[in-house]
Amino acid sequence: MLIPCALWLAVAGCKPQTPAQVATGDAAAKVYVAPGKYDEFYNFVSGGFNGQMTVYGIPSGRLFKTIPVFSTFPENGYGYSEESKPMLNTSHGFIPWDDLHHPALSTTNGEHDGRWAFGNANNTPRVARIDLKTFTTAEIIELPNSGGNHSSPFITENTEYVVAGTRFSVPVGDNADVPISSYKKNFRGTISFIKVDPSSGRLSINFQLVTPAVDFDLARAGKGPSHGWFFFSCYNTERAYTLLEVNATQKDKDFIMAVNWKKAEEYIAQGQGKKVKARYAHNVMDEKTHMATSEILNEVLELDPVQLKDVVYFIPCPKSPHGCDTDPTGEYIVASGKLAALIPVFSFTKIQQAIAAKDFEGDFAGIPVIKYESALYGEVKKPGLGPLHTEFDDKGNAYTSFFVSSEIVKWNVKSLEVLDRVPTYYSIGHLCVPGGPTRKPHGKYVIAYNKITKDRYLPTGPELTQSAQLYSIDGDKMQLLLDFPTVGEPHYAEAIPASLVMPNSTKIYRIEENQHPYAAKGEKEAKVERKGNEIHIYMTAIRSHLTPDNIEGVRVGDDVYFHVTNLEQDWDVPHGLAVKGAANAEILIMPGETQTLKWKPLTSGVFPFYCTDFCSALHQEMQGYIRVSPAGSNVPLKFSTGKVEPETTTGK
Amino acid sequence: MRPAIFLLGVFLAAGSCSPDKPSNTEEYPDASGKSAPEANLSDPTKGIGEVKEVKLHSPLEQDRIKRGLSIYEMKCQPCHKLDETRVVGPGWKGVTQRRRPEWIMNMVTNVDVMLEKDTEAQKLLELCLTRMPNQNVSLGDARDVLEFMRSNDGEK
Repeated sequence: MLIPCALWLAVAGCKPQTPAQVATGDAAAKVYVAPGKYDEFYNFVSGGFNGQMTVYGIPSGRLFKTIPVFSTFPENGYGYSEESKPMLNTSHGFIPWDDLHHPALSTTNGEHDGRWAFGNANNTPRVARIDLKTFTTAEIIELPNSGGNHSSPFITENTEYVVAGTRFSVPVGDNADVPISSYKKNFRGTISFIKVDPSSGRLSINFQLVTPAVDFDLARAGKGPSHGWFFFSCYNTERAYTLLEVNATQKDKDFIMAVNWKKAEEYIAQGQGKKVKARYAHNVMDEKTHMATSEILNEVLELDPVQLKDVVYFIPCPKSPHGCDTDPTGEYIVASGKLAALIPVFSFTKIQQAIAAKDFEGDFAGIPVIKYESALYGEVKKPGLGPLHTEFDDKGNAYTSFFVSSEIVKWNVKSLEVLDRVPTYYSIGHLCVPGGPTRKPHGKYVIAYNKITKDRYLPTGPELTQSAQLYSIDGDKMQLLLDFPTVGEPHYAEAIPASLVMPNSTKIYRIEENQHPYAAKGEKEAKVERKGNEIHIYMTAIRSHLTPDNIEGVRVGDDVYFHVTNLEQDWDVPHGLAVKGAANAEILIMPGETQTLKWKPLTSGVFPFYCTDFCSALHQEMQGYIRVSPAGSNVPLKFSTGKVEPETTTGK
Repeated sequence: MRPAIFLLGVFLAAGSCSPDKPSNTEEYPDASGKSAPEANLSDPTKGIGEVKEVKLHSPLEQDRIKRGLSIYEMKCQPCHKLDETRVVGPGWKGVTQRRRPEWIMNMVTNVDVMLEKDTEAQKLLELCLTRMPNQNVSLGDARDVLEFMRSNDGEK
């Protein structure tokens, strides 16, 4: 590891340059988006440990939206409203916070189509589909037989599949209560192939490949000529189950795993594979009822590539490979060994020739291992330290991030020559070229998502925002244009031309189409009903009043449901609702939508409620009272708006 | 504030008569997504928008009144009462005598431009201090609402 230091330092200069040296004169003009003008790209950025996805504009670096996916989000009530709670259900129950690492944008013919974004829950393995019309999470499917869903989600050229590989191998099958030391015998890796319905986007696990126990890290689908194949980086081929830092870094080479998924489909068509018991949740948000449902599924189809030949091959790869990226032509697979001093580039054509010629060096737990040289196109020599991920431009160049040496290195895929390098601030993880993982990259920018921020911004105590950097790549030399802060801890990100997303953006939900069972489509339908100890308030909100806004006859011990329908049909006019003492906080309701806040009053009294989203000049007037009487009280249920009764002097 | 008085029973009881009219979509194609049309310069009392000329029929078209009522209840009623009472917006009693039918339909379907450019609409904003929202009412639906307003004003 230490040997190449001196060499690359000699190339790059002794120390990374200071920011003042690298940001040149016209940088500001290149990122300036004038007031009222739009950015050229949407940037979908994972939130890492915050479990969300955030949307930025490029080149300005402005934050537009946080899309809650695997974590509750107080800002819009996701995970708090009764409608959205089922989205976070799992076979382990409701989980309010997970870890989202990798967005993947849907493609058709290998190019972005602007329909959906997918994201992974790393901790409790799940994959989510986000609808890019509404920028909301539409669906979440849990993955059984998985632990640390890191090699996920990656998509095939026409979004036939979203693929998810487990980082941890785990005991698979009915009996998971086994000694950890039985790792080799009882533990297996799995790769889930999640089918995507081409029109609705609906997800279902078509099959799981059960592999020898290793750790899967990252992956990419083939494209063009390699469409039908999938490539995964694997580490811990030592099959260590303790102190992996030492025990999983012994070998000079781990593997790239090549999967012929079309062959797997042929086996399934022949009735191969076996259905095994598995328990996992499938959660879907219905856009018409505005409600999510959660269903527990019990079965998954398992394929064993040791039995079913010609589906899986290993290719040796130095050393602890992380990123595994296919270039826009689909011919080259770039694998970045975190601890390697070179970047191997594999050739899809040579891999096919090696398989045809059975050019194997042996097998690993029953899976053929192709000879390294037989699959190798060439190596990028001494590119830097700690290569992680590679994205591509439209001119045949690759951009690889180097964590240890804190830089992006540009090199030519065909010639394998290093062309340029720029420092990042500091310790870059993932990087993103708009369209970079597709067949049609837009080679204008590369964005660095850095792991360490330190002195980049005004300090905010021990916890800092995360730093991202935007570089132009349309000239021969990469040029630093902009630092911008990001939230959570971005891992991967994708960027897509705004023109593919913007025209489809939903402005309102049509009130006529609202099928929520508790919707009040007009104030005439506003009412309060008692069903046993449940109180259902069918409430409407429109600038600037709530109907009903006086409610009496609720008793301590009741479950009170505020079903609020926003009657507005105008873009960007949400209303909110907060009730004093509600343990569930607040809800936010988009125009035409119905959302439900559940409140269990613990004491009697009169409780104020109000709209939380500043909506009009009379927003402060948008308020009401709900009276709660002691359990067993006979105060009659009544409700009204705008009704002034003769002054009551009784009651106190 | 007085409680709102609903006159629904009265006009729903009015005699029915089969309407003689082209379908809504033919008469008023959905204009959503088109750019804001320019002022009706020839006659400012008609307001600004797609609607240049409305053909009114007598007796009233009962089908339109029914549809207009349900649109009113879903999209208009929270702010407009059917008598003269002003709540958020003005009461509707007499509106068809105060305003040209074209002005009413333009106000309903093109409210943002009306509030920006039409002096009568601006006077109402100064009075009510809440911008009338765009309730995404199609031209055909606005025509039905207009018929309901005529009925509310006692026309037969």
